[in-house]
Formats: sequence, C-alpha cells, structure tokens
Amino acid sequence: MAILDINGVSLSFGGLKVVDGLDLHVNEGEIVSVIGPNGAGKTTLFNLITGIYRPDEGDITLDDQSIVGLQPHVISQRGVSRTFQTLRLFLNMSVKENVMAAAYGHTRAGVFRSMLRTPGMRREEREIERLAQERLAFFGKRLMGYRWDQPAYSLSYANRRRLEIARATATNPRILLLDEPAAGMNPSETHEITELIGELRTEGGYTILVIEHDMHVVEGISDRVVALDHGVKIAEGSFDAVATNAKVVEAYLGLQTAATK
Amino acid sequence: MSDSTPHGSHVPAEGPAVGQDEWVARHAEQRFMPGGPLGALEDRIRRVPWWAWLILFLAAASTLPVFEHSGYVRYVAFSTVLYMLLALGLNVVVGWGGLLDLGYVAFYGIGAYAYAMLDSDKFGIHLPTIVSVPLVVAIGAIGGFLLGLPSRRLTGDYLAIVTLFFLQLFQTITTNGDAAFGHNLTGGPNGILNVDPFHLGKHDLVVQHEGIFAVSYFYVALAVFAVVFVALRFVNQSRTGRAWRSQREDPLAAEAMGMPVNWLKLLSFSFGAAVAALTGTLFAAQSASVFPLTFYFVLLIIVYTMVILGGSGSQAGVVAGAVIVSPLLELLRDPGKSRVIFFLALVGGLLLMSRRSRALGIVAIVTLAFGFAVHEILGAIDKSWIAGEHQGGFAGVTDHWVVAPAHMARWIAPTSYIGLIAAVLLVTMVRGRLRLALLVPTVYLTAFVWENVMLAKPEPARYIVLGVILIALMILRPNGLLGERRVEIV
Repeated sequence: MAILDINGVSLSFGGLKVVDGLDLHVNEGEIVSVIGPNGAGKTTLFNLITGIYRPDEGDITLDDQSIVGLQPHVISQRGVSRTFQTLRLFLNMSVKENVMAAAYGHTRAGVFRSMLRTPGMRREEREIERLAQERLAFFGKRLMGYRWDQPAYSLSYANRRRLEIARATATNPRILLLDEPAAGMNPSETHEITELIGELRTEGGYTILVIEHDMHVVEGISDRVVALDHGVKIAEGSFDAVATNAKVVEAYLGLQTAATK
Repeated sequence: MSDSTPHGSHVPAEGPAVGQDEWVARHAEQRFMPGGPLGALEDRIRRVPWWAWLILFLAAASTLPVFEHSGYVRYVAFSTVLYMLLALGLNVVVGWGGLLDLGYVAFYGIGAYAYAMLDSDKFGIHLPTIVSVPLVVAIGAIGGFLLGLPSRRLTGDYLAIVTLFFLQLFQTITTNGDAAFGHNLTGGPNGILNVDPFHLGKHDLVVQHEGIFAVSYFYVALAVFAVVFVALRFVNQSRTGRAWRSQREDPLAAEAMGMPVNWLKLLSFSFGAAVAALTGTLFAAQSASVFPLTFYFVLLIIVYTMVILGGSGSQAGVVAGAVIVSPLLELLRDPGKSRVIFFLALVGGLLLMSRRSRALGIVAIVTLAFGFAVHEILGAIDKSWIAGEHQGGFAGVTDHWVVAPAHMARWIAPTSYIGLIAAVLLVTMVRGRLRLALLVPTVYLTAFVWENVMLAKPEPARYIVLGVILIALMILRPNGLLGERRVEIV
C-alpha cells in the first residue's frame, strides 16, 4: 500500500520546468532511491513533498490525504521528516538539544506549564530526553557520552550528517527523506551509512525515500530506483534495470559517450 | 581491508587509549582550560549551578541598602534592577528569538503608560496593584503579539525598520495624544502626573521616606527580577525555548522539523513585550509620572548595549551587562569619578596590551615621560598653558602631566578633537615601529582631549566612553562578557 503518492506534480520557476508531470509512489516499509544528474529536480522533489514549495499542478497524498498547501511544520507533524543536502543543523545548540528540539511537533507542554515546571511538563521533558538519547544511541558510540553537551558546530562533518539523521527521526516520522546522506563521506563512512539506512528500516521501521549519487550506496539499499532528468522520470525499477537503461546512461554520460560505449 | 604496514600486522600492543575524535575533543578542552590551581578553580566555578549564582547575587544585592544609606545610590540600584529586567526581556527577543527588535522600549513605555492610566487621577481609576499589574503585563503581551503579526515574515534589516517605525509611532501617539479626537488621553508632552505608587487596599508602598528614596521599591524590583529570571530560564529549558533557538539558528530546518516558526516568533515578541511592560509598571509607580521622551532611542541603545556587552543569549550575561553599564553611566556624570575611570582604563588597556608585546610597555613609559616633558616645556614658555585646574580623582598626578590651558581658545577644542581622530586613524594605518612611535603622541592627545574637551561636557562624553568600551570589547570578546562562543551560519 502506498504511503506517499505523488500524482502528476509539476513546478516551474519562471519559464523553467523544474519538475514536469512527475508520478511517484512509495510503499510502506520500502526504500526508494532517487537518482539523476545535477539539476534533475531531486531536491526540488523533496521540497515539494515537505511543503517548502507548492506544486503548480498535481497532488501529493500521504496515507490518501492530500498534503498540498499545508505548512511544512504541519507536514512534518503528519509524519514526513527529512535531512538536508547542505547540512542545516542548529549549530550553536548542543548535540542533545538538536535532537530534543525536533520533538516539538509531538509534545504538548505550553509556555505557562513550562514556566511553572508542572509535574506533567517535567515528565514530558524526561521523555523527550530519553527519546533523544535513544535516537543518538542509534549511531553506536559516535554521538554518545561527552558529545551530548557539546555544540553541534564542534562535530566532524560525518558526525554532523549522522546528527541530521538522528534529528530527523526524533520527529517520529513514518517516512524519512534523506538528501544525499553519503555526500562528502570517505569510503568506510559511506559503507557505514549504507548499513545504517538498512537498519533505519529494519529497526526503526521507517519508510525511506533517499537521494543519492553514490551508486554503491544506491545498489546496496534500494528496493526500487527512480531516475530523474530535467524534472521528468526517465526510468524506474530495480537497480540493475535502471543502471543499464539507455536513457539513464545518456542522462549521466551524454549521447556521444553513450553511443561510443 | 589489507594492512597498510609493510611487514604484516604489527600493531603496537597498547593501541591508542582514546579514539581520534575523542583525542581532538580532549585536546581542545585542554586548550580552553588553563592548568594548575587557577584551572581547577575555573573548573569549580563552572560547576556551580545557575540557581546558586542567582541566590548569591540576590543575597549580595539585598544587603546593599544595609551598607549604603544614600538615597541617590539606592535609587541608582533600583534603576539598575529595572535595566536588568529590560535586558532579560530583550534577551528573549534578540538572544533567543534572533529577532532584531528596535521597537522594544515602546513596550516599556506602553507598560508605564498603561499603569499610569489605570492608577492615577488622569481618568480617576485607581485599580489595586494586584489587578493592574497583571492587566498591564497582558496588554504588553498582546501588544507584542500585534506588532509581531505584520512583522512575522520579516527578518534582519526589514524587521528592524518596521519595529523602529513602531517606536516612532508610540512617540507620535503619546506626544499628540492630548488631543486625540477631542479627548486628552496621554497628556501629550506633559505626560501623566500623580501616578499612584503600588498599593494594596489602603496601604501605599511609599516612594519616599522622610525625603529620601524608600528602599522598598528596590526590594520589590529585585523580587520581580528573581521571578522573571527563573520563569524565563524555565521557558528557555522547555520545548518552546529549544524551538526559539532552533528557528534563530535555521528557520527552514526548524520548520521542516515540525516547529511552527511564525508562531514561535510571535510568542518571543510577546514574551519580550510582557517583561518590558512589567518593568514599565515598576518605573511608573516609582517615578509617579510618565513622559513620552523617557522611552526613546537613548534608552533603546543603552539596553542594547547591556545585552550585547554582556553576551546576547546568556541570561547571566545580560544581567552582568546591566550591572556594569547602568552604574557606569551614573559614575561618568561626575567629572572627578569619570577621570578615575578614564585613566584607569587607559593604563589598564596599555598594561593588558603590553602583556602581548614588550614594546607596548616601553610605549607606556615613553608616553609618561613625554607627558611630563611637554608639560614642563610648555610651562616654561608660558605659565598660562598649564594653569588650568581640574578637581577630582588623580588631579594631583594629572596636573603635572596633562597640559591644561587656563583659557581655552576657541580653536583648541575642535582642532584637538579632529586631530585625535586623525591620529587614531593614522595609527591603525601604519605598521611596525612607526605605529609604536605614533602611539606616544596619540595616547597623550587622548588624555589632553579628555581633560580639556570631554570633561567640560560630561553628558556626551559618557556616551562616547560607552561607545569606546563597546568597540574595545567587541574586538576582545565578540560574543560579550559571558556569551557562549558562537559560529555564524551562512
């Protein structure tokens, strides 16, 4: 059953069609990869799903309910969470607070209860903290212990990427959108991320839509691969089918090279 | 993976005790922490919880009237507490919300005016304090919310302009409110007089006791400060506070993580405004009158100075900023005391810098000799050049060092002032020995301008001093005295 359904979605910036009549569905528990050359509209697709852009045409449904026109924080509270290609952490906040902040959508204590520190508020606060520890523990020792109280800017690049994923999972999402989780990572870190995405599904129970350029990662994780070029879906299917698809090879390497190959 | 060492696996028996990341982190910590007993002391101080500091501070502050019986000093202490409250409120908007709100003091004014209208002969209403103060706080909160509504999509410069316009609007309305549609609402430039002191039933909390400032207002203000400090701290440590700071760091990411950014901005405006309005009631009740011009740019700049100097975002920092700036501005009113502050700062600055380079220590000594020499030479040429007299601290020393003409010719003041600016610019432009050589006359010229130009006009001089302190601090500690190190997000 499709948890996320994108039907004929189009978006233009001025005269440029960034996404053109795109159809895409993601089933419960599936890991779907979106590939495509730079400027293919992959990140725009994420921005459309999370409500940062509003599509000119078409509909996006989450559990058969349209989420078009909803504010991003409402869409997040409905169960869509994401990471960013260009890391967007709350750099001057501690590692733990970064994750705790993302629990805002599913917690309830208001400002007056917070000011008085009522027992209910304190209980909720403890739950948020436990949630943060649990989400951070997902990355083994990487984000544990003394790092919790350090500001996020003190983390290494790879740990920042991990923290973004931890933060995204703290909104208790059903579907997780990962925007190039392995970008800028070295081979062993990339390998680790590949395993981690698998664990996010098996242990975390998330449905995952992932943008990735590293084909080893894509091959390692995907149930299904979708290839975009110029905002149009040019191929869909298993990794092997998409990777050998003539249109995909052409999109990546150009017509000339494809022909000589 | 194959082993990289040529002769097979030859890993040392004792591998590194810590991982590489951990080593880097520990190393960084060691660099920040000085070793030895001083480092241990600093570590101890860091471990003291915030509430212990607060209690210590309140205890120290409340003993002040026991030692100090002057009504003036007690009044300065009271107004310092008001500044502390204003700084705490502004810290919510600027430090946590990340919103550049230049209309902030208008809410202080709204609070004061609202209290004056609800508790004076103006409209003949005399609500008990227990009713009027919460009402005024609510009015302030709603006012902040309403200002936030049109501004919630604005950021940075644009927000600053709109809120600044709001402050001007407040000025215009209060100044012209004596003829609003034929009714006298605000008393216009004459303000509202005979505002009630705080009162409960028949009991007034008197402002003056036998002609001097009654200390009760100081204690009331201190109690209000304690409550506001704790309440704001608790909010900051809740999901709302985390969300405020998240949207300050990155509004788009905060929104994508389920935080309603626009609502949070309104809430932060509202909180700041409510604290300012609450402070306004204290002000109006104590001063028994309100005038439009009290709530204007100078006050805005002073409160911002406190927040920036102390460290925007840190509660203890902004309170420290208020505790430093407010008495400093009072001290600078008195030429004798301001001379002490000036020369201590001059000598202290040179000493601090000479720790970094020995050459500056030499500059300090040469400057001292230079001053005595100039003083002697000019005195030998014409006695009237050094006959000028100044009273107050250090006068005994400076009388032999700084040239002070008996009669200031008209051209001396502007020439020396412009000359000083030129000299400072020149010093920043040249390098090496030339700079050191130029420093000598520049420092001396600074002292000359201070003694002969600034001290003659203490009012602008104290703001100039404040400006210089701010510039120096921003160079030495860009995040304020107690501010956390921050990185800019691009």
